[in-house]
Amino acid sequence: MPVNIRIPTPLRKLTHDEEVVETSAENIGQAIADLETRYPGIEERLLDESGEVRRFVNVYVNEEDIRFLDNKDTAIKDGDEVSIIPAIAGG
Amino acid sequence: MVEQQGYMKALCCRECGEEYPLEARHVCELCFGPLEVVYDYEAAKRKMTRQTIEGRPQSMWRYAELLPVAGEPTVGREVGFTPLVKADRLAKRLGIRELWIKNDAVNYPTLSFKDRVVSVALSRAREMGFEVVACASTGNLANSVAANAASAGLTAFVFIPNDLEKGKVVNSLIYNANVIGIKGHYDEVNRLCAEIAGKHNWAFVNVNMRPYYAEGSKTQGFEIMEQLGWKIPRHTVVPMASGSLLTKIHKSYQEAVKVGLVEESEYSVHGAQATGCSPISQAFKQGQDFFKPVKPDTIAKSLAIGTPADGFYALKVFKETAAASDDVTDDEIREGIKLLAETEGIFAETAGGVTVGVAKKLIASGAIPADDSAVLCITGNGLKTLDAVENHAGSTREIAPSLREFESLLDSDKELAAATQ
Repeated sequence: MPVNIRIPTPLRKLTHDEEVVETSAENIGQAIADLETRYPGIEERLLDESGEVRRFVNVYVNEEDIRFLDNKDTAIKDGDEVSIIPAIAGG
Repeated sequence: MVEQQGYMKALCCRECGEEYPLEARHVCELCFGPLEVVYDYEAAKRKMTRQTIEGRPQSMWRYAELLPVAGEPTVGREVGFTPLVKADRLAKRLGIRELWIKNDAVNYPTLSFKDRVVSVALSRAREMGFEVVACASTGNLANSVAANAASAGLTAFVFIPNDLEKGKVVNSLIYNANVIGIKGHYDEVNRLCAEIAGKHNWAFVNVNMRPYYAEGSKTQGFEIMEQLGWKIPRHTVVPMASGSLLTKIHKSYQEAVKVGLVEESEYSVHGAQATGCSPISQAFKQGQDFFKPVKPDTIAKSLAIGTPADGFYALKVFKETAAASDDVTDDEIREGIKLLAETEGIFAETAGGVTVGVAKKLIASGAIPADDSAVLCITGNGLKTLDAVENHAGSTREIAPSLREFESLLDSDKELAAATQ
C-alpha cells in the first residue's frame, strides 16, 4: 500500500486533474522530488529558491502539519496520507 | 463592464501580481500567494465624497464602491455602523489622554464584526449563483453565516471545533444550519474545510470566497475614520486570530487616503493576541518576518488560530506603521473584560479582554504614548462567552423579600467598608 498525496486545486492542472496521486518515497522531500519526475513543474510551485516548502504552502502527514514534525525530512510510510494545502484560508 | 463588476477590476496575487478573473478562488496557481480584489480607484474617488457618504443609510454599505460586490448588496444590508464610544473612564484607568471603543459587540445581526465579512461574502456568493454557503469558524463566523444564510434562504454548512463555548454553538444551531463539530482545534477544522472546498462547489466564505469576504473588514476602519470626523486614528489596537482584520483595517486607512476621504497622517495599527495562542506577537517580539505555528491553549477561543493565514502580512503592517504587538494571559483577559465592563458598561467577549489587556500593556510600555489618542476594536459580545467569566464575575447575594434583611445587608456593607479603610 503506497502513500497517497492529496493534490490541491491550484496544482491539479499539473497532475492532469488527479486529486490523489501515489508515491513510494520515504520522506516528504523525496515525495516532492518524485512528483517532479512525473509532473514536471510541480516542485517549483511547492518549494522556494532555497529548496524549502513555500511560505504559503502547508503540508500535512496524517493530519499533522510537518512543521510540528521534521519538516521536509518527515518520514512517510505505506498507508500514510499526505495533504498539500494552500496556507491562505480561514480566519 | 462596470455594470457587471461594480468597481472591481480583477483578482490579483499579492505576491507575484498574476491576475485572475473575478471568480470564487483565493490562491494564486503560480505561487500559492493570496488573491486580492483590485478596484478602479479613480472611478471610486469620483463617487465617494464625504458628503455623498454622509447622505447614505447608516450601514457598512455606505462605502460600497470599495466593497467587492458588483450589484446592490442582497444580504446583510443593515450590518455595521456600530457605535464609536468615547471611553473617558477607561482612558483614565489605562493612563491615556484619549480613548475610543469601536463597539462591534452590538453589530447586527449576530453581535460580532463577522457580520461585516459575511454580508459581503454572501452577497457576492448570491451574485455568482451559489446556493450552499460554508465556513471554518471559531464560533462568531459560524453564527453569522448561519443567521445571514437563513435570512437569505441559502443552505449553510458551518464547521467548528467541538469544544466551543455553549453560547456560540447554540447561536449557530438555532438558525437551522448544518453545524459540524470537528474533533480538533481550529487549524484542523480549517485544513479539512480547504479539502472539502476542493471537492464541493460551495461558497466557502473564508476559503474560495476569502478575497471578497475579507474586504468586509475594511468597513470597521472606514466607520472609525468617519466617526472621528474623517481622520485616521493615531493608534488602533486590533485583536488577531488570522490577522486578517488588522491588515484590512490598515488597508481601509490607505484606501481612504487614496480616494481623498481623509488627509494622510501618521498612524500605528497594533496587534493583540492571547499568550496561549500568540504566533504573531511572538514573531514580532523576536524580530522575525514569519511566525512559527503553535497549538492553541487559551480561553480566547475566537482568537485560537495557531497557523494564522495573514500572520505574515500583519507583521508587515507593524513594520510599516511603527506599531507593536503583544499578548496577555487568561487572567489578564478576564481582567480586561471586567475593566471594560466596569468603566464603560460594555460587555465584550474574550477577544475584547485581549484587546483591552494588550492596550494596557502598550500604554504602560510607551508603545502607545500616554499623551496620545487610541481606538480599541471590540469585535464580539460577552454574552456569547459567559463560560470564560461566569466563575469570576462575583455572585448574587440572596435575601428574603424583607426590608429588614436588605437594611442589614447594607449595614454589613458599611461595616465592611469602614473596616477596610
